[in-house]
Amino acid sequence: MISREQRTPLSEWWWTVDRLLLAGMVLLMLTGVVLSLAASPSVATRIGLDPFHFFHRHVLFLLPSIVVMVGVSFLSPRQIRRSALIVFALSVVLIVATLGFGPEVKGAKRWITILGVNIQASESAKPAFVVLAAWLFSESARKPEMPATSMALTLLLGLVTLLVMEPDFGQTMLILMVWGALFFIAGMRIVWVFGLAGAAIAGLFAAYMMVPHVALRIRRFMDPASGDTFQVDTAMDAFANGGWFGLGPGEGIAKRSLPDSHTDFVFAVGAEEFGIIMCLGLLALFTFIVMRTLSRAYASEDLFSRFAASGLAIMFGVQAAINMAVNLHLIPAKGMTLPFISYGGSSMISLAYGVGLMLALTRERPRTEMESINATAAASYA
Amino acid sequence: MSGQNRLPSASWSQRVIRNLLYGQNVDRAAKARVRVGFVIILFGLIYAVIATRLVMFATFPDDRGGHRAASQDAIATARPDIIDRNGQALATDIKAPSLFGEPRRIIDRDEAVELLTATLPDLETAEVRQRLGTRKGFVWLKREITPAQQKDIHGLGIPGIGFLRENKRVYPSGREVAHLIGLVNIDNQGIAGMEKWLDSNGLADLHRAGFATDRLQQPVELSIDLRVEHALRDELMNAKEHYQAKAASGIVSNVRTGEIVAMVSLPDFDPNNPKEAHDPDRINRLTTGVYEMGSTFKAFTLAMALDSGKYDLNSMWDARAPLHFGRFAIHDDHRLGRFINMKEVFTYSSNIGAARIALAQGVEAHKAFLRKMGQMDRLRTELPESASPILPRKWGELNTVTIAFGHGMAVAPLQAVMGIDALVNGGWLIPPTFLKRTEEEARAVAKRVIKQETSDKMRFLLRLNAEIGTARKADVKGYYVGGKTGTAEKVINGRYAKKRVLNAFTAILPADNPQYQLLVMLDEPQPLKETHGFITSGWNAVPTGGKVIARIAPILGVQPRFDLPPSERLILAASRATQ
Repeated sequence: MISREQRTPLSEWWWTVDRLLLAGMVLLMLTGVVLSLAASPSVATRIGLDPFHFFHRHVLFLLPSIVVMVGVSFLSPRQIRRSALIVFALSVVLIVATLGFGPEVKGAKRWITILGVNIQASESAKPAFVVLAAWLFSESARKPEMPATSMALTLLLGLVTLLVMEPDFGQTMLILMVWGALFFIAGMRIVWVFGLAGAAIAGLFAAYMMVPHVALRIRRFMDPASGDTFQVDTAMDAFANGGWFGLGPGEGIAKRSLPDSHTDFVFAVGAEEFGIIMCLGLLALFTFIVMRTLSRAYASEDLFSRFAASGLAIMFGVQAAINMAVNLHLIPAKGMTLPFISYGGSSMISLAYGVGLMLALTRERPRTEMESINATAAASYA
Repeated sequence: MSGQNRLPSASWSQRVIRNLLYGQNVDRAAKARVRVGFVIILFGLIYAVIATRLVMFATFPDDRGGHRAASQDAIATARPDIIDRNGQALATDIKAPSLFGEPRRIIDRDEAVELLTATLPDLETAEVRQRLGTRKGFVWLKREITPAQQKDIHGLGIPGIGFLRENKRVYPSGREVAHLIGLVNIDNQGIAGMEKWLDSNGLADLHRAGFATDRLQQPVELSIDLRVEHALRDELMNAKEHYQAKAASGIVSNVRTGEIVAMVSLPDFDPNNPKEAHDPDRINRLTTGVYEMGSTFKAFTLAMALDSGKYDLNSMWDARAPLHFGRFAIHDDHRLGRFINMKEVFTYSSNIGAARIALAQGVEAHKAFLRKMGQMDRLRTELPESASPILPRKWGELNTVTIAFGHGMAVAPLQAVMGIDALVNGGWLIPPTFLKRTEEEARAVAKRVIKQETSDKMRFLLRLNAEIGTARKADVKGYYVGGKTGTAEKVINGRYAKKRVLNAFTAILPADNPQYQLLVMLDEPQPLKETHGFITSGWNAVPTGGKVIARIAPILGVQPRFDLPPSERLILAASRATQ
C-alpha cells in the first residue's frame, strides 16, 4: 500500500513526511496518556467526578486528535494556507461569540460550549494565526508591492485585542512572542530587535503597573515570602521528593494538594511519580520535536514553509518551555499548558492541528513541485 | 531576490517602510535561514537551562526535603531512673504517645484543625492552624497525650497526622525533691538540678551516639533519704505557715561523708509542672541564694581562735561596753557589762566578744581561715545552680569585726553547712555531694582544716549552747543535740532593718559523736504571742529545728540515750583524756 512502486497519495505521504517527527509526536501523546492517568484521578475525585473522568476524556480526544494531525499533514502548502484562513476566521467568530455569550470563569471569558463540548477558541486561533502571519511575512519578502508587513501587524493587533478582552494574558504573550520571532526570522533589522525587546519590556512593565494579578505574581516570584506560593512550593517539593527515579506510579502526594495537577503542574506531578529521568526524557522529546522542525525549516527552500514551520515550532517550544520553567520555579507563575501532556480536552485537537501543520510543512518536496506551488500561489494571490 | 528591480511600481512610501524594517538590498531568504539557525541555538539554551534545573533537583533534593530527618532527633530521649539512697524512685520515664503533623501531607488543613481541636479541646485552634500551615515536613502538635486520646485521633483517620512514642519524665514524689532533682524540658533534656547534671555528665553524649536506650541505663542513686526529706519538708511547711515566714529552708547533712540527706527550700515547685519552676521566688535558697548567716558564723570565729592555739575556752574577753569602731558601735543583744570567757561569748552570742576575738587574730588570719573553711569561694556541687559568696570589696578591720558575728559577708547556706561539718567532724572539710558516698570515699576527698581538739571544743560549745544557751528549745531529749542560732537583720535599701530578719539554726546530733547536721532557715518570721513578740532565731527556727530532729533522728537511726551527763563532763572530759 505504501510501496514506492505505485504513487498513491498515501505512499507519497509516507515517503515524504518526517517519520521521526511523527513518531516523536505519537510518543508525546502516549506519554500524555500515562501522565494523565497519574495526575488526573485525584483532581477528579476532589471535584466530585468519576476518578477516571479526565482520563477518559483525555483518551477520547486523543483519537480525533491523531486523525486531525495525520489528516492535516497530508495538506499542501496552499491547502494549509486555505485551511488556516478558514480556521482563523472560525476561531475569531467563536472568540467574539465567547465574549458575547460565554460564561465568566475566574474573571475571564475564555470558554464557549458548543454541542456539549467546551471550546477555547483562542487555542485553535493560535496555529492558524501563525500560518497566516508566516504567509504574510513570506509575501513581504517576495512581493514588495504588497503591504504584507502592515497586514501582519493588523492581524496581530486584531487577535491581541480579542485576547486581551477575554482577558487571556498568557495566550497574548505567546502570540506576541511568536509574531515577534516570525518578524525576526523574516529579516527584521537588528535595531528593531532591540526596539521590540524594548516594547516587550515596556509592555510587561505596563502589565505590572496596570494589572494587579500580574504584579502579584511577579512580586511573589521575586520574594516568595510576600504571598501564598503554595502551588510553586508544592511543585518544588514534588521534584525533590521524586528524585532521579521517582516514588513510583500512584505514590505521589503533590497531586493531592495541587489544584491544577492535571493541567499546569502535570510536569511536577510526573516528576514525583516517575522521577527526574522521565522529566529529562520528556524534555528531550520536546527538544527533539522543536529542533527537528526548526532544522527542517532551516533546510526548506520555500520561504512560506520555512516561516510557518519555524513559527509553529517556536510556539510549540515556547509553550512547553514556559510550562516547564513555571513548574521548576524559573519564571513567575503563568497559566500555560504542556502540549499533549496537560489535560486540555478540545484544545488537544487544536494542538493536533498545529503539529499536523508542522508535519505537513516539513515534508520533503521536490524543488519543481515547490516552484509550481509558488507559481500557482503567486498567480492566485497576486 | 530583490523586488525593487522587478517591480519598480511599488509605491515610494512602501519602499521606505521596507527599507526601514528590513534594510536595503538584503537577501531575505539567506537572512531568514541564518535567523532560523539563531532560533535553534536559542531554544537549545533555554532547554539546557531547564535540564540543568531538573538535574539540580535530582542531585540536591535535601535542600527542601530534609526536615523529617532532623526533627526525629528531637524525640524525647530516654533517661536513667533517679532513686533515693533506699531505692525509692524520685524520677522515672514512662512512655507516652505524642501527636505530630506533616503539613506537606495534609490535604484539607481546615478539616484537620477542626477534627483535632474537637478531640483535644485544650489545643489552640489558631496555633494548630498556623503550625499545619507551614511548609515543613514535621511539626509537633501536642506532646505526651493519653492513650485514649491517641485512639480517638487515630480513629479520625486524618492523613498527615501521626504519633511517636516518647519518653515522658515523671516525678512520683513531686514537690518533695523539686530543687534537688530539677526538671527536664519537653524533649526530656535536663534543664535544672540533678537532671541537668546527668546530661552534662555523659548522658547527652550517650544520646548523641544513640546508645541511651532504656535498658542500658543504671539508675542513679542519690544521697537523699526520701523519708527524711518528707519529714523536713513537712515541718518546714508547718513552720513557714505558723511563723508567717516568707520562705523556709533546711538541709540535713551527713557530717562524716558530706552527703546531703535532705534539702528543702520553700516555696518550691512541682517538677511535673515545669511552668512553676521559673518563678524567681521559687529558687533554691540553699545553693542559689547567698545570705548573711548571722551569729551562726560565730562558730567559725571561735574555732579560728581556738585552733590558733593562743586561746582556750577560758580566755577572757572584754564585753563591758559597746565596741566603738569608727562611727560604729557594736552592741550585745544581751548586755553583760563584764569580762566574759569563750563559752559565754558563744552561749550569750556576744557580738562584742566575737568581734574582739576576730580582731585579736587580725584581718589576714581571719580571711585565710574563712578561705580555708571554704566560705570565700563559689561552692560547686552536682547541682548546676550555685552562687558566689558576696565578700566586702575592701576587707578592713571593720569588716572583720562584723563578719566575726556573721554580717557583711553573704554565703550560700550549703557552704556554711560544709564549714560547720568540718568544725564538728574532727576537722575535715568534705565537699558536699548529692550522690551516695561512703566514709572511705569521703576521706579520700576530705581536707584537714582544723585540729581534732578544736573540733572537740566546738562540739562542746555547741552542746553547751543547747544545754544553757540560745538553742535550748531544740534540745530533744535523748539525742544530745548541739546547736547555734543566728538572727541576721536583713539589709533593706542599704540599711539593716530591725524587724525583718533571716533566722538560722544549725544543729548537730549527737553532739558527743556527731553524725548529722541540720540547718533550718526562716525568712522574715513574724512575732507571735507565744514568742512574746520576739523574732530572734531562738523563738522560731530553734523550736522548728527541735521538731525536725524529733522526727528525723529515728529515721536516720540515731540511737536515743537518756542517761548522758552534761557536756562539761562528757565531751570536754573525753577531749582532755585524748590529749
